[in-house]
Amino acid sequence: MTDHNAPLILVVDDYQDAREMYAEYLQFSGFRVAEARNGNEALEQAFALKPDLILMDLSLPGMDGWEATRRLKSDEATRHIPIVALTGHALAGASEGARRAGCDSFVTKPCLPDDLVIEVRRMLGTAKQA
Amino acid sequence: MNSLSVRTPSRTPAPVVSPSARLELLEYYLAHHEDLSRYASVSLEWLSRHAGIKRSVCLVVDAESSTLVGISGNGVSTEDVELFSYPLADPHDPLVATIAQTQPTYFRSVRINGDPSRALPSTPIGPGPFTAIPLRAGRDGQRDAVGLLLVKAPTPLPPDVSWLASVLAQKIEQIRGRGSLAEEIRRLRRERALFFTIINSVTDPILLTDTEGRLIVANARAEKLFAANEEESEGRRRAIELNNMLFSAALSRTAVEMPSEARELLLVDPNDGSDLLFEVLSSTVEDPREGTGIVSVLRNITDLRRATEQIEENYQKLRLAEAAARAERDRLNLIIDSVADPIIVTDQGGSTVLMNKPAEELFTVLADADDAAQRTVQANDAHFSSFISGLLLGESGPGEIRRGEIGLMQPMTGAPIPVEAIAGKVLTETGELTAVVTILHDRREALERARLYEQLKKASDELQMRVQSATMELATQNELLRRQAIELEQASRLKSQFLANMSHEFRTPLNAILGYTHMLLQGVAGDLPPNVKRQLTRIDSNGRHLLTIINEILDITRIEAGKMPMQITEFDLNDIVQEVMTELDPVITRSKLVVTPRLLPEPLLVQSDRQKVKQIVVNLLSNALKFTHQGGIEIAVSFNPDDRMASVGVTDTGIGIAPEHHEKIFEDFRQVDDSPSRQYGGTGLGLAICRRLANALGGRITLRSNLGEGSTFTVTIPAEAPQ
Repeated sequence: MTDHNAPLILVVDDYQDAREMYAEYLQFSGFRVAEARNGNEALEQAFALKPDLILMDLSLPGMDGWEATRRLKSDEATRHIPIVALTGHALAGASEGARRAGCDSFVTKPCLPDDLVIEVRRMLGTAKQA
Repeated sequence: MNSLSVRTPSRTPAPVVSPSARLELLEYYLAHHEDLSRYASVSLEWLSRHAGIKRSVCLVVDAESSTLVGISGNGVSTEDVELFSYPLADPHDPLVATIAQTQPTYFRSVRINGDPSRALPSTPIGPGPFTAIPLRAGRDGQRDAVGLLLVKAPTPLPPDVSWLASVLAQKIEQIRGRGSLAEEIRRLRRERALFFTIINSVTDPILLTDTEGRLIVANARAEKLFAANEEESEGRRRAIELNNMLFSAALSRTAVEMPSEARELLLVDPNDGSDLLFEVLSSTVEDPREGTGIVSVLRNITDLRRATEQIEENYQKLRLAEAAARAERDRLNLIIDSVADPIIVTDQGGSTVLMNKPAEELFTVLADADDAAQRTVQANDAHFSSFISGLLLGESGPGEIRRGEIGLMQPMTGAPIPVEAIAGKVLTETGELTAVVTILHDRREALERARLYEQLKKASDELQMRVQSATMELATQNELLRRQAIELEQASRLKSQFLANMSHEFRTPLNAILGYTHMLLQGVAGDLPPNVKRQLTRIDSNGRHLLTIINEILDITRIEAGKMPMQITEFDLNDIVQEVMTELDPVITRSKLVVTPRLLPEPLLVQSDRQKVKQIVVNLLSNALKFTHQGGIEIAVSFNPDDRMASVGVTDTGIGIAPEHHEKIFEDFRQVDDSPSRQYGGTGLGLAICRRLANALGGRITLRSNLGEGSTFTVTIPAEAPQ
């Protein structure tokens, strides 16, 4: 039932329930979805699949989301992919840190799947226009 | 010889020439054997008397010096006549030429046809025309005349003039036969010169006056005081005039009173106008020719008087100084007596010169005092003598001061008096010892004071030690408190960090719960039966409530940790009220209450964090809606220009709050009813957060309420951002 031309979203989150929840809802909403559990996997998947958008949780074991984002944004092959940061830390400065790392957008958890899909669609629209 | 002036008293002339008059002159010539100038003088006088010629001069030729010299004059300055000496070298000179002639020559001041021979020669006869008559013994023109007779007389000349010239010439020739004319004149002149040198060398003014006080002869000194020339200044002339008057008055008194007695005369110095005091000695002289005259010698005693006055003045000063010295000595005695310490002055021999009263009490005793007192005084004296003996013997250097302690006793009571003695030498200018001054200082008081001081010092030391230990204890306490404060701060920071982490840990599972519930409600798993949907909705609403609590806890944590970011902008407080009402419109509609905004007609601009102010107003309005069941709510904006504070007040007609609960409701997790089965929902953190936010913005939240009377919550913030 998934459209093969539908945009491919890479969901990066170490917390399985959250990752699968977003993946399931994105598929339900008509996207293609790939998953990664940490920074290293995220880099591998991104280079291999060239997703249309990456949802990046910032607090990850091993290589964290900030570091992964910096690497993706410093590589010619993946620089164009929009990255939406996901974080449970609502403290001041969190969003600023994410932007400095290269994230294009920032979403605070808890984030309802519906809201997330709206943000993903908005970012894809911006990317397409760009 | 410039200081001689003679006035001859004038007599009425006899214009008629009679043979007897001529005879009289010739008789005189025969009867008297006089010098040349005397004959000439008598002749000129005769001319004045019998021919009416008031001014005449007799000049004679001095062959030795080849000059024409004056020997006598009548009605002219004697001095000019005596000084006159005219060279005969130039035969063309009109005056010299006249000597060679037989006829008189008339000299006029006007030159005729530029002939220099007619120019007026300068002679003692004075300015103006005159006639010069050659003095010739006979009519022969072979020899030059012996001299010239110069007269001021009308032309033609009276015959007596020619007659006189002829007889005078004969007489001159006759006398010249006896001796040299020049020698005669020189002798006379020497004598006169000597005379004037003598009287001029006298520093006292000397005057010869006639009986009427007219000046005949004066020396240089006297002329300065009494003779005035035409050229002299007005002041000087007036001074001289005054001096003449004073002198005349003095002379007239002398004439009446004792003639030879010295008297004082006050004159004026014509030079500077100062007073000059003279002593005048006058004596009358009888001269066969000049008649009676008065010779006055004036002695300047101005300085003498001044010296006398000076001596008197000095004597007065001396007396005053003596009086001052006496007063000084009396005062000194008074001072010495008023000193409480005994003072003793001893002379170089060791005997007492002076004692003040306190010293007397120690070293003297009444004759009728008892033996004990007598012995005590003797003992005191012995102690004192041995103390100063060193100084008297000159053991120590000059001017040195000696200190020491002497054990004396009170003669009346026998009580011991320890004294400190200070003795100093009094030396003369040459360094000889004249006296020793000793001051005795009673040491009883000093000793007592030292004892008291020791006690005081001991007490003070003890006190100081106590203060020190107290201070140390305080420092320890302070250090403890400081550490506790640090620990507390650390604990607080740890708590904040813990809460922040915890809220994050809460969110992760809550995210999944809310997410999946949402997905199910969105129909990811297909349509759900209504009861399941209702149950899922319960999960959703409780999950959201939990999320609110977690967010509010996080807010409080942030505010307390000082990590709440403030974004200060300028905005209109009216706008905030309208925005909040719009945002809560669904709730307002549901509550069926009337919410009335009371806005200010003008924008109320404040500088603050817009988001935080709005959050507070939302909270206050939400509470009002939650706790009000009927009536209405007012939201009023106001501004106090005095303290420049802006306020938003929310007034409801709700249940109200008892005053004892006013503080409680601002505490964390508090509602008035905090029983588990409380009627109203909410976390109980809203007002706690509002208060913290308002404080963070430099403002406050106040409450005015009573149970059953509704409430007014007011947030007040400064209109200008705090610096």
